[in-house]
Amino acid sequence: MDEEKEFRTMSGVPVGSVYGSDPLPGEFPYTRGIHAGMYRDRLWTMRMFAGFGTAEDTNARFKELLRAGGTGLSTAFDMPTLMGRDSDNEWSIGEVGRAGVAVDTLDDMIDLFADINLGQVSTSMTINGPAAILLAMYVAVAEQGGVERAELNGTLQNDILKEYQAQKEYIFPPRPSVRLVSDVVAFTTNEMPRWNPISISGYHIREAGSTAAQELAFTLANGFAYVEAAQAAGLKVDDFAPRLSFFFNSHSDFFEEIGKFRAARRIWASWLRDRYGAEDERSQKLRFHTQTAGVSLTAQQPEINIARVAIQALAGVIGGTQSLHTDSYDEALALPTEDAARIALRTQQIVAHETGVINVADPLGGSDYVEWMTDEMERQAEDIFKHLDELGNGSILEGVYAGIENGWFVGEIADAAYRFEREVNSGDRLIVGVNSFTEGGGENVDLLSIDPGTEEIQLKRLAEIKQSRDSDLVQQALNRLSSEAADPEINLMPAIIEAVKVRATEGEIVNALESVFGTYVEKAFV
Amino acid sequence: MTKNEPIRIVLAKLGLDGHDRGLKVVARMLRDAGMEVVYLGLRQTAEMIVTAVEQEDADVVGISMHNAGHLTLAPLIVNALRDAGLDVPVVVGGIVPESDLEAMAKAGVAGVLGPGASAEDVAACVREAVATRGK
Repeated sequence: MDEEKEFRTMSGVPVGSVYGSDPLPGEFPYTRGIHAGMYRDRLWTMRMFAGFGTAEDTNARFKELLRAGGTGLSTAFDMPTLMGRDSDNEWSIGEVGRAGVAVDTLDDMIDLFADINLGQVSTSMTINGPAAILLAMYVAVAEQGGVERAELNGTLQNDILKEYQAQKEYIFPPRPSVRLVSDVVAFTTNEMPRWNPISISGYHIREAGSTAAQELAFTLANGFAYVEAAQAAGLKVDDFAPRLSFFFNSHSDFFEEIGKFRAARRIWASWLRDRYGAEDERSQKLRFHTQTAGVSLTAQQPEINIARVAIQALAGVIGGTQSLHTDSYDEALALPTEDAARIALRTQQIVAHETGVINVADPLGGSDYVEWMTDEMERQAEDIFKHLDELGNGSILEGVYAGIENGWFVGEIADAAYRFEREVNSGDRLIVGVNSFTEGGGENVDLLSIDPGTEEIQLKRLAEIKQSRDSDLVQQALNRLSSEAADPEINLMPAIIEAVKVRATEGEIVNALESVFGTYVEKAFV
Repeated sequence: MTKNEPIRIVLAKLGLDGHDRGLKVVARMLRDAGMEVVYLGLRQTAEMIVTAVEQEDADVVGISMHNAGHLTLAPLIVNALRDAGLDVPVVVGGIVPESDLEAMAKAGVAGVLGPGASAEDVAACVREAVATRGK
């Protein structure tokens, strides 16, 4: 290596950038990492998820995180926004600005990113059912600030399949929803080359109770499904696959998690090359974001969650993540306070700058146990792919649709969640502070409370915008949208961008689409 | 209700929140504890819950919330059941900070189950809530 900077241990021992045998990090199938130099060349992005109250409130938190050394933004929207409902919808009562920021119109989005240069930060937006609408708003905000679409850097979660399987924030039925996903992929492929149009997410599958191997398998199967959908829409795999990214959970079983991350890279590389014909190595390289396991946080003795988060963060880093969100210790109780979020960010900084783990790529590669665990994760995942491939008669996309329709995914996840709960209940599995070591702690935890006036402020704002906009233009834009929605050959992004610009609300745009696509209602599987 | 009949519980999630892991686990715990579970699932309204309680002749309602909306939504259900003339207690599960417990009790919520409640805690809470009927 001809690096200028020498990497040494704390005691002064110089260390190499990688140890062990081929294939090395940066070489197919990338089990050991997607870059040769890994974190020597570039640290992961420390991306902290934030959002609450009005757009103005969240904008202030964003600026605070950037000042504290965060290097990317990540937006949490409130439930009505996630479900495509306006703040004045009857379903929104009590939920406006509670679990994320409320966005109804382009004006909210303008406030959310006020005084932040969208050409310079990268922004992740966690939204799925109405993802296309929020992306349209982001594009319009940038345009207003004089930033070209092509310069925009960020990630839209836009992973609708896992909503039917786990997180349950769906609006339309699966097929028209996947069409919207493909429209976004086609739009960003053509106009926003630095944008990640889907963050294919295992995080929520795991939080809903799946095992590590199910998280891995369901997520990658969804990834294959999006590849098949985009190919069916006429896109070439090497034109869009380099911009697909992933989002995994990092739970507490340290070596299992590391095995999972390594297996994910190997499986993706092989399937993209061998099954989907990807030749560009960027299509084969699985890039991922990691978040520590929210579900592992305990309401009991919340301070000890800091230790859990540190261990999970370390697993994500040793597993080769490209970006990381560390949960705050108070999140089993409420949205995090600013102090708690700062501690979580500092935890990443300790991993990055004090532990030395960044000096060597894939430091556990070659460990018999870790290599075996990687193989085991892959084996379990391949069994699941085989099941889905059969369900779909040779199409993973059709197999995923079928598994949603017949309740297979939700059943598998609920079984695993119940198994875990019984283990905790019987004492076979110890959770510190919950069923063992229960003395002490928790007395001095200050929780974030959301100003109950948020809903009123937001409702007033929405009413004002509805008053002042040109309602004829809004109606024209919505009519265009529903007529284009009826034609699967038309990409809906231009019509959605037009609609947000004339101040059609998110809920109105969703209604226009719903009138054509219909509404998804889940069968109540227990 | 005679003493030998199993408790019938309606389980539902209110509002837009889709976190149903806890409610599904609770459904299985209560079944294992010998109760009859009517699982309504996601995005139920007060009216839907009242209708289900009437049709299923349920003894108790369990609602689950993870979205910090419990102070608004739980009283809605309590009042809707009361307005329908039903003496059916409501148990709330999910993330409810300790500082809200008093307000929940005042709103007429019969029991609150937090994260980490064991199967025994869950069944006991439901039985205690049912025991308050007619009082």
